[in-house]
Amino acid sequence: MTTRIDRRMAKLKSEGRPALVTYFMGGDPDYDTSLSIMKALPGAGSDIIELGMPFSDPMADGPAIQAAGLRALKGGQTLVKTLKMASEFRAGDDETPIVLMGYYNPIYIYGVDRFLADAKASGIDGLIVVDLPPEMDEELCIPALKAGINFIRLATPTTDDKRLPKVLQNTSGFVYYVSMTGITGSALADTAKVAAAVKRIKGHTVLPVCVGFGVKTAEQARVIGASADGVVVGTAIVNAVANVLGPKGEKTADPADAVATLVSGLSQGVRSARLAAAE
Amino acid sequence: MDKPAMPNSFRTGPDEQGMFGIFGGRFVAETLMPLILDLEEQWNKAKNDPEFKAELQNLSTHYAGRPSKLYFAEGLTRHLGGAKVYFKREDLNHTGSHKINNCLGQILLAKRMGKKRIIAETGAGQHGVASATVAARFDYPCVVYMGATDVARQSPNVFRMKLLGAEVRPVTAGHGTLKDAMNEALRDWVTNVEDTYYLIGTAAGPHPYPELVRDFQSVIGTEARAQMLEQEGRLPDVIIACVGGGSNAIGLFHPFLDDRQVRIIGVEAGGRGLNGVEHCASMNAGKPGVLHGNRTYLLQNSDGQILDGHSISAGLDYPGVGPEHSWLRDSGRVEYVPILDDEALEAFQLTTRVEGIIPALESAHAIAHAMKIVPAMDKDQIVIVNLSGRGDKDVHTVANMLGMEI
Repeated sequence: MTTRIDRRMAKLKSEGRPALVTYFMGGDPDYDTSLSIMKALPGAGSDIIELGMPFSDPMADGPAIQAAGLRALKGGQTLVKTLKMASEFRAGDDETPIVLMGYYNPIYIYGVDRFLADAKASGIDGLIVVDLPPEMDEELCIPALKAGINFIRLATPTTDDKRLPKVLQNTSGFVYYVSMTGITGSALADTAKVAAAVKRIKGHTVLPVCVGFGVKTAEQARVIGASADGVVVGTAIVNAVANVLGPKGEKTADPADAVATLVSGLSQGVRSARLAAAE
Repeated sequence: MDKPAMPNSFRTGPDEQGMFGIFGGRFVAETLMPLILDLEEQWNKAKNDPEFKAELQNLSTHYAGRPSKLYFAEGLTRHLGGAKVYFKREDLNHTGSHKINNCLGQILLAKRMGKKRIIAETGAGQHGVASATVAARFDYPCVVYMGATDVARQSPNVFRMKLLGAEVRPVTAGHGTLKDAMNEALRDWVTNVEDTYYLIGTAAGPHPYPELVRDFQSVIGTEARAQMLEQEGRLPDVIIACVGGGSNAIGLFHPFLDDRQVRIIGVEAGGRGLNGVEHCASMNAGKPGVLHGNRTYLLQNSDGQILDGHSISAGLDYPGVGPEHSWLRDSGRVEYVPILDDEALEAFQLTTRVEGIIPALESAHAIAHAMKIVPAMDKDQIVIVNLSGRGDKDVHTVANMLGMEI
């Protein structure tokens, strides 16, 4: 069985360029604005969309994504609405993969079986759940795979060669390499080290390896994209939204435009990645 | 939910996956997983190592002042006119609470693991002070995360931590209480995973923390059980402790769990009442969910977002509870009851007047429940209340509640 993620990754491989994976927070600053951001992403050059599920206690996130989650929750976002957003997007785009990213508790409270059925029906292709390591695979990973949804695992600098097989075992879609030990939005790690880590992981798996945490600019996307199969950008996008919100949350410009401008630039970065690498 | 079958022993958990029934586990980011597995391995070696045990024993005796006394609270007993009330005097420990028991054990683990830096979270500041104390004693740099609200209401403890050389970082997220401090400590840990030891203060978090904190705190119940047998020649009828995360409670309860004739009661913070959201009674008014590395009872909304809760007592102001308590609740072995802010305040004042002991507001919750049940008990029955800490840190809060200025 192939998913939209598999098909998209195969297509980009044949084109000889890495994927641009864009994270944004579902419901930030409100449902309608957020949906307009999501709809603008593919046209601006996003290859895979990570749809953030807000959580009250995002333990692996830095201040920018924490604040985005709180804005979304304040705006009334729930997991029900996040799934609805995906299905509204899906009505107009049946190709761009959607990966839900967040923490386990809202899914657990929704009910795993019901969640997987609703996610599948909403056009969700993959899940990234930060607080479910392979030791907890029975909770959601195995049921998700059975439901035909990719479970994308994070590998980190602390995941050594001994542990990597365990991390990769039930991973599908792609592997998300976290470029540093830290929270989202920190400074980018040494890119040479990142390239070496990507190479190390690729020695253990045929899955594409995407790199995230700390990538903010087109230039960084280009450098990372030279070795990785995909580049994930999150905090920079969330900041692009925050930057057009006034002190009381009022919009000073169109957040979808702001995000599209940023993503277009990043897209130029990933598209020139392999050209630069070949030089 | 189905009730789990009654086990032969209540003292065998957790299982190899770190689960107590459906509770507990290791719900953490991958970055932390190798470290948690390493901690588990080191802990399994340390707990059977005579050298480790001897060093901890020596520090417990000569540094912390153990064993703590089991004190017959004659004044309170006379006042209540029912069962005999004993206090397990954890307030007499070095640093003024039970928290030192756990901190001494964990700092020795950190040393074995070759860590260079200690981080901790704190609510009331008792654990922060105990962490800063052992960090000073063993010459570690120490950063304590503390909710901004708690920094304001526990200023004496903040100053103590600073004197001890710790850096106190106020956390403004959420309501600025223990939950938010724990999030921030986890963020620090995930960033500085190579050299940092996270000294968790309560019997919660990812496996093996609930187990190792319980084991370090079980000295409370082990001593109390032996002292009671020596002083009264029998086991108590009831034992009571307050439950925030629940480390003092699990420490008292665990050695008594298989003494089926002993009634065990955990007291949660009922705050301003269980009807609204201003309480921290996760086992009375919450439902199971996943937070801070474990599955346990949590205060949360229908979307799985965690609520902030409220308690007069900073140490109980946490929307979750240690996973073993959740399991003991569902298995029916331990009863968990709420006590309101006002009731705790009354117990605080009464104990101060009739015993000459100023209890921590946390411990006052346990005393308040004793005040409810003791008068109806027979005079030859015995109740042990865990006096988990002293209340000097709370005098500002109490003065405020009573409308006085100091």
